[in-house]
Amino acid sequence: TAGAILKALSAASPLTLRIVAECPVTKARACDLTLPHCTVNTPVFMPVGTQGTLKGITVDQLESLGCQICLGNTYHLGMRPGPDLIVKANGLHGFMNWKRNLLTDSGGFQMVSLVELSEVTEEGVNFKSPYDGKEILLSPEKSISIQNSLGSDIMMQLDDVVSSTVKGPRVEEAMHRSIRWLDRCIAANKNPDKQNLFAIIQGGLDAELRKACLKEMTQRDVSGFAIGGLSGGEEKNDFWRMVTLSTDHLPQEKPRYLMGVGYAVDLVVCVALGCDMFDCVFPTRTARFGSALVPWGSLQVKQKQYAKDFLPIDPDCHCPTCKRHSRAYLHALFKSDTAAMHHVTVHNIAYQLSLMRSVRQSIVEGRFPEFIRAFMKRMFPSRDDYPGWAVDALASVNVTLD
Amino acid sequence: MKLELSRVIQGGARLGVLQGVGRTGQHSLKVPGCLLYTHFGTVPHLTQDTLQTVNNLPSVTQVTLSNIAEHQEVLEEFKEGFKTFAGLHNTVLYCSLHDPATRSPTGYATNKTVSVWGSGGRIELTASKFMALLKTVKPDWYQSMADGETWQTNTSRKRIRKSVDRTLAYLDECLLVHQKSQDLDGVELFGVVEGGDVMEERVRSARETAKRPVAGFCFDGLQTGSVDPALRTQLITSMTKELPEDKPRLLQGVGRPDEVLACVEAGVDLFEGFFPFQVTERGCALCFNYDVSPDPERAVLELNEEKHSAGDNVQPKGDLNCEDQTQMTSFEMNLKDKRYQDDFKSLVEGCGCYCCKNHQRAYLHHLLVTNELLAGVLLMIHNMTHYQNFFSAVREALATDKINLLKKRVNGEARNT
Repeated sequence: TAGAILKALSAASPLTLRIVAECPVTKARACDLTLPHCTVNTPVFMPVGTQGTLKGITVDQLESLGCQICLGNTYHLGMRPGPDLIVKANGLHGFMNWKRNLLTDSGGFQMVSLVELSEVTEEGVNFKSPYDGKEILLSPEKSISIQNSLGSDIMMQLDDVVSSTVKGPRVEEAMHRSIRWLDRCIAANKNPDKQNLFAIIQGGLDAELRKACLKEMTQRDVSGFAIGGLSGGEEKNDFWRMVTLSTDHLPQEKPRYLMGVGYAVDLVVCVALGCDMFDCVFPTRTARFGSALVPWGSLQVKQKQYAKDFLPIDPDCHCPTCKRHSRAYLHALFKSDTAAMHHVTVHNIAYQLSLMRSVRQSIVEGRFPEFIRAFMKRMFPSRDDYPGWAVDALASVNVTLD
Repeated sequence: MKLELSRVIQGGARLGVLQGVGRTGQHSLKVPGCLLYTHFGTVPHLTQDTLQTVNNLPSVTQVTLSNIAEHQEVLEEFKEGFKTFAGLHNTVLYCSLHDPATRSPTGYATNKTVSVWGSGGRIELTASKFMALLKTVKPDWYQSMADGETWQTNTSRKRIRKSVDRTLAYLDECLLVHQKSQDLDGVELFGVVEGGDVMEERVRSARETAKRPVAGFCFDGLQTGSVDPALRTQLITSMTKELPEDKPRLLQGVGRPDEVLACVEAGVDLFEGFFPFQVTERGCALCFNYDVSPDPERAVLELNEEKHSAGDNVQPKGDLNCEDQTQMTSFEMNLKDKRYQDDFKSLVEGCGCYCCKNHQRAYLHHLLVTNELLAGVLLMIHNMTHYQNFFSAVREALATDKINLLKKRVNGEARNT
């Protein structure tokens, strides 16, 4: 029967998206994203564990915090320890002993941002390995091959990454090449029934280029779409317009992943604009510098003013750090032991995940606009401090901030 | 606290339990045993979640004034003592002067003061300031102020004599304050025995300290690397002869398994638990064998292993007289070594710690090569577990007359690789 066939098809697909609730006011959705290792509740923030570890946090701690999916970096892991070893270790899941979902990026971004001399050709990205000076070509085929070895639940296509501050013909060239590379990535995927491939929409800050890219990429059979090429130093006013343009042209029934976004305000606004998944190194990186994320901004626990502050980072936070330790203790501990960083890392991950849970809950309960208003009020001392771009972006999806 | 000895081996080793530890007297500590080493109340690298994966944690947490002194003002404002400040529940707090894992510079002690080194530099303490600090910390137990700047090899006899005299003078001052303070009611004070490497001074210091109303004794100035191990045990024996049998003896600055065994045999009850931390910091995992269970099959296997690895043994024993104690010992495996790159075994078979249950050598190797923070977390968990298991084995060996076999195991060639 048709029903049985449909069921069989979705059983074979390594990704199913069930829309649990849609916000009647904004473009926000709350979904259940079922992946090979477990179901992920969206909107979701995905912490970044670059080298097969989340900076000082064990997989047990990560699981206890409620993380259902996190990131690994293909570039770093492809260099060290390399795909062959990871295959021997039963994939990245086996290597790290992480039982839930993993998303790997393609390596493209690191290539152009971390490597001194990289050169993009139609073949792929040529670069010199920083570890042994050897010349390496990262092609779409090579990237997918490494990601197949890593065994991630979601793989990202290799895209021709261009900084959002670059203008001119390079942007168009990169957009078209990304489409061609997407097709090569799709063809190269050896595990289509176990590993999902996401396309990455490019086009810079040019609406026409974006639309052209969207039109082409949405014709390909991929499990989901990422909005790429943003979150790289461009004006926020341009940023949100490209995000909302993209979600306007992306299919409802597939997840939308906005890459590199992780600041609380950005998350809330971009959920309203229709995004489901986010990743960013910021929360975990800033933790190591003693910066704790809180509903009213951030708290630099290493600053002198906290030396005698006996409150926890956030009195309303239920994370292990806030349940046991004070700002004063952490302030002092930063002078004595690395565990201070771990305490703040745990708190920041808890903050991000808790924020997204609250966002989701408010969408499910049909009160997301109220949530947004309360969130902004808590975050900013006064209406005058609301970032202009956020006000505009929210207004575009019918949310006015009082 | 009360030391209940179940066994005393002639001329040295003791087995028993230290009962009634802590202000409420609720805790106990098996001896020979070690304390829980911390930086400012935190076990290095570990938060409460990761710490709690270790099963056999010592009931006594050690903190040091070198970490705490610079925070005196904060603690005074906090008022409720260090335990509460650090979120430490259900543990006994022991406060020492120095951090056993780091060597303090010498040349700063005076007739009235000693110095500790915090993150901001040197802090000078008079006996009065020392006691004021302790009253703010509110430990369950602490060592008296002491001048232990005799660990360098060319310390003069005159200087050693001075350290003994000063330490006794500090002790008397501390006792005066201690006995008058309501704040320190129920808190135990250990006297510190000095004397460098001079037998007569050691005897004098022990004899004099024993005359004071202290709850136990710390042996200072015998840190690993400061004195030849054979001489150390002789000095310890000479000191213990002067000390009452029913009071515990804590040896400062010694943590290597072979030295621990030798000192247990000389009559030491307690050790500072800093050795696992040192091993962790050099990216190594403890793997030495402490199994003395009677298994004939295993005995044959091991005999063969010993024959093999005796020649194969590329690990240095670790120069005991070297002042640099960051050097690797024969009790550990260096996970940065390329041979572990594709080794999918757990660190130590049968260990059962969180790291060995969940991760493999290849993963630890990767974490170390890529400088990842998780390496420290996992190694600390494993090393603490292994070390605590070793102390269990020491007690077991004393109970069953197998101490010589244990020594052979620990000092021997049979490493778990």
